[in-house]
Amino acid sequence: MDPIRYLAEDGSLLADPPVGTDRARALFAAMVVARTYDRKASALQRQGRLATYAQFEGQEAAQIGSAAALRADDWMVGTYRDAAAMWHQGYGWEQLFLGRMGDERGGSPPEGVNVLPPSITVGAHMIHAVGLSWAERLMGSDRIALTYFGDGATSEGDFHEAMNFAAVFSTPTVFLCQNNGWAISMSRADQTRSETIAVKAVAYGMPGVLVDGNDALAMLAVTTEAVERARSGGGPTLIEALTYRVGPHTTADDAGRYRPEEEVEAWRTRDPIDRLRAYLQQTDEWSEAWESDLEVEASAEIEAAVAAAEDLAAFDPDGHLGRAFAEPTRPLADQRRFVPGDDHG
Amino acid sequence: MAEMTMAQALNDALDLALADERVVVIGEDVGTTGGVFRVTDGLVARHGSDRVIDTPVAESGIVGAAFGMAVAGLRPVAEIQFLGFAYPAFDQIVSHVGRIRNRSNHRFSAPMVIRIPYGGGIGAAEHHSESNEAIFVHTPGVKVVVPATPRDAKGLLLAAIDDPDPVVFLEPIRVYRALKQDVPEGRYTVPIGVAAVVREGTDVTIVSYGAVLRDARRAAEALEAEEVSAEVIDLRTLSPLDADTVLDSARKTGRVVVAVEGHRTLSVASEVAALVQEGALYSLLAPVERVTGFDTVVPLKRTEHHYIPSPDRIAAAARRTLEA
Repeated sequence: MDPIRYLAEDGSLLADPPVGTDRARALFAAMVVARTYDRKASALQRQGRLATYAQFEGQEAAQIGSAAALRADDWMVGTYRDAAAMWHQGYGWEQLFLGRMGDERGGSPPEGVNVLPPSITVGAHMIHAVGLSWAERLMGSDRIALTYFGDGATSEGDFHEAMNFAAVFSTPTVFLCQNNGWAISMSRADQTRSETIAVKAVAYGMPGVLVDGNDALAMLAVTTEAVERARSGGGPTLIEALTYRVGPHTTADDAGRYRPEEEVEAWRTRDPIDRLRAYLQQTDEWSEAWESDLEVEASAEIEAAVAAAEDLAAFDPDGHLGRAFAEPTRPLADQRRFVPGDDHG
Repeated sequence: MAEMTMAQALNDALDLALADERVVVIGEDVGTTGGVFRVTDGLVARHGSDRVIDTPVAESGIVGAAFGMAVAGLRPVAEIQFLGFAYPAFDQIVSHVGRIRNRSNHRFSAPMVIRIPYGGGIGAAEHHSESNEAIFVHTPGVKVVVPATPRDAKGLLLAAIDDPDPVVFLEPIRVYRALKQDVPEGRYTVPIGVAAVVREGTDVTIVSYGAVLRDARRAAEALEAEEVSAEVIDLRTLSPLDADTVLDSARKTGRVVVAVEGHRTLSVASEVAALVQEGALYSLLAPVERVTGFDTVVPLKRTEHHYIPSPDRIAAAARRTLEA
């Protein structure tokens, strides 16, 4: 199975482009903003201003290209490494920073944005996308749900349960696996003896698509097709996006312990932003001034989000007692007297 | 009023709840077969297979899908066939169902019910007699409800479905068909988080719930023959626990016995004993007695009656408090 690809690694077209250059320029601009966030978050973590952070550098096309296929009110259920996609679907950078700063308000996207806070446990969230999209169909809506997960998550039992339920009940769900080569230290080759992850779809009775995850145009094209299939009652699709995690698993990981630097360097030459830039250059849709303006605007946007997140006052010491249920229960109300620095008792 | 078993009362509650378009029933064999205990009997014929959903055998899938449905705006009622089969769904309950409100600072919530038959006494195979309700009580963000009678079962289930937060609803297997009771027709609710004094007394308080409640009442009747006046409390909700009702009674009688079927260590009985010593120590005339299952796997059919608390064991514990 060869991955679907519209852009060669040098940015030259391999097929008729699936979208016009305006759309390609918008994808490029979004990827620049996403990378600005990702690098800022890593820097803040090193300064102790952010807790552990999971970088997505190298996966911008896989995330932005697929998220761009969604309607604004569609559901998205992702992981700790999917901030670029979540932001594209309306989750605020401020909330994304807050979550990594260790503040539960980071789990609360703006009203009307149907994006769940990132799942930290691996695997369980895929079935949530099945339930969300199933409910939408039962309620007479044509919203669909897209869920992101990695190659490692496909070894979890919940991958099987989610794929099987989605196929059996023909739910409008898009499963988007970002196969980034590594699940912490476990390589894709050792994760499964399947030749590809996309081929697993066959056993569930749904289409499986292998796509070059570093080709933003291909990501948009295959995801659009899967989204349209779901929305029109055609059921779920599994998409395997071949990409690469250029950074470590998280800021707490040392990827040098398990993978050779040459592999990382090889993938750096296949950078998704470089590839889309090369395409735009070849079609005269890019200029240095334009990208420079994009970077300035992105930087201002991200700095404003950092400031807003850092300026937000912390919760009261007993704030957690008010978040467990819609109304605090009597036992929780009673436990307020044990909160340090509190005088409720 | 109609005389109903608990299974019939629960079926009536689900039938009424399904009048709300947001309610769906989802689980293994809940449709055509009507559930392994027939609690969902006839519902698929009346409400359709889109809303009474037979699923493949996948407990994590059932609870996880119901969770997604709840977040999207439905009110799913998931069924797990036996408590011993709920463990594959435990990650969903602990990691997501009980956390989404906290994780999203109230932006998202999961108003859903997970119905699970629990407890022994019917001579079933291994894994079919568990009474591990304390595990769920120890889980933040989920409420835990256990009815003991048909009337409460209907009202508590309707309250659980109305609740804005997830409820684990444990149904005592050996009570499903063991007794009939007049059950009011139509919709009514029994409030979650409120225990009931089901028998008034002055000498000793017996706290129980679920299947063991009947044994607690039988113990109280045996004690009455000995001129001992036992008060019996049905907790009805294990989380949030109604400490006030227990403490009021403990202060009145000065003696407390807690009877539960679960394993002894860190059981609901342990928590009630802790609450009583915190809130009513100076009224106590004797140590709190726990009558529980054992810290072992529930024995199979031929010896399970040695495991499950009996009226005799409960009455003996009450006598010990009187002798102290």
